[in-house]
Amino acid sequence: MSLLEVKNLKKSFDDNVVLKDISLNVEKGEVLCIIGPSGSGKSTLLRCITDLEQEDSGIIDFNGTFGLVFQDFNLFPHHTVMKNITNAPIKVQKRDKDEVFKSARDLLKKMGLSDKEDAYPHELSGGQQQRVSIARALAMNPDILFFDEPTSALDPELTGEILVVIRDLAAEHMTMVIVTHEMTFARNVADKIIFMDDGYIIEEGTPDEVFSSDNARMKEFLGKFYD
Amino acid sequence: MMLESMVGLLMDGMVTSIEIFLLTLLFSLPLGLLIAFGRMSKFAPLRWLMKIYISIMRGTPLMLQLIVVFFGPYYIFGATLSPDYRFIAVIIAFSINYAAYFAEIYRGGIEAIPKGQYEAAQVLGYGKVQTFFTIILPQVFRIILPSVTNEVITLVKDTSLSFVIAVPEMFTVAKQIAAADASIAALLVAGVFYYVFNVLVAFVMERLEKRFNYLA
Repeated sequence: MSLLEVKNLKKSFDDNVVLKDISLNVEKGEVLCIIGPSGSGKSTLLRCITDLEQEDSGIIDFNGTFGLVFQDFNLFPHHTVMKNITNAPIKVQKRDKDEVFKSARDLLKKMGLSDKEDAYPHELSGGQQQRVSIARALAMNPDILFFDEPTSALDPELTGEILVVIRDLAAEHMTMVIVTHEMTFARNVADKIIFMDDGYIIEEGTPDEVFSSDNARMKEFLGKFYD
Repeated sequence: MMLESMVGLLMDGMVTSIEIFLLTLLFSLPLGLLIAFGRMSKFAPLRWLMKIYISIMRGTPLMLQLIVVFFGPYYIFGATLSPDYRFIAVIIAFSINYAAYFAEIYRGGIEAIPKGQYEAAQVLGYGKVQTFFTIILPQVFRIILPSVTNEVITLVKDTSLSFVIAVPEMFTVAKQIAAADASIAALLVAGVFYYVFNVLVAFVMERLEKRFNYLA
């Protein structure tokens, strides 16, 4: 059975139909990248799955915990890096403090931010902030990690450091769903790619299948990246 | 009047002024938050009610509100009031007036917090109440403290309005002494008191602003 199953999902904002009929599966350990032009409904799809939006109809079947990494990080500016990561596991999940702090330090080490424990978010670069927000999501021990354009708020130099982190997580078989505009990255890291346009899934398959698709819309979209 | 006996009388007035100040803050700060919630409510009638309330409180003189709260129960309901009511009326009038100003300050602060903060909290499993008190309110404090400082400093001076219903606070006492002595010495002493009080208030608020300013 799939870890996450979405069936016939529909969502409108007033007259604007954003998701027209979306169905997809995510298997345990799989990395799914969702690509497509702006306004195609990628982020809305993610926001419906993570309960930030209420779908109009359709089924989202997912029994587990998830983490979400936002485009603009949304770290809590009044909390230190350490508190950003540990507060929810301690206060919401009611886990043991020592255990949470230990795993938070492991995560920070993995993110190359061991020396930033006591820093506040505004003292960090965008790339560092995004790594903290990934650590914050991972600290909840999620079954799936969702990324909503995790590098779109970063300049190209900082984008790379986030992509490396995600690639490392993929190597550890973390189940991830990533909305991204980084085509080369998607092609390299994904087990499966979904191409969305105008509220529909146009193409779905392995990176090779999707990137060699004959679909006109898909070709046009990819052309913009490879011309 | 001898300076010593004058200072003795003024000291009693000073204690009353400080009581008015502290009790007003004690009641108006939380009440203001409740009014701000009402003002931002999804329930339109409540929102309008709070809007009208704030409009009246800010749009009419505090001195008039003091008189209405003090004399109103007698003239409107024919109620007989205990002598203690004089002081209670001051606390009520100041609290409901200042709560209106604080409500608008809170509202401004709460509306300045980006939506993403609520979303991040929701995704991490924080409940609504927990989100407000651990994520939103501390950020709101940082934003609103300079405006709150302004109001608190104004409150120190506004306590002197209590003279209109003859509550024996600093200004009422000073005015009485000045009239009896045909000298403004007592009023000048009162002026020094208000100034020193506000220097202390400014000092404390500055410390608070530093304490809450996680961006510094």
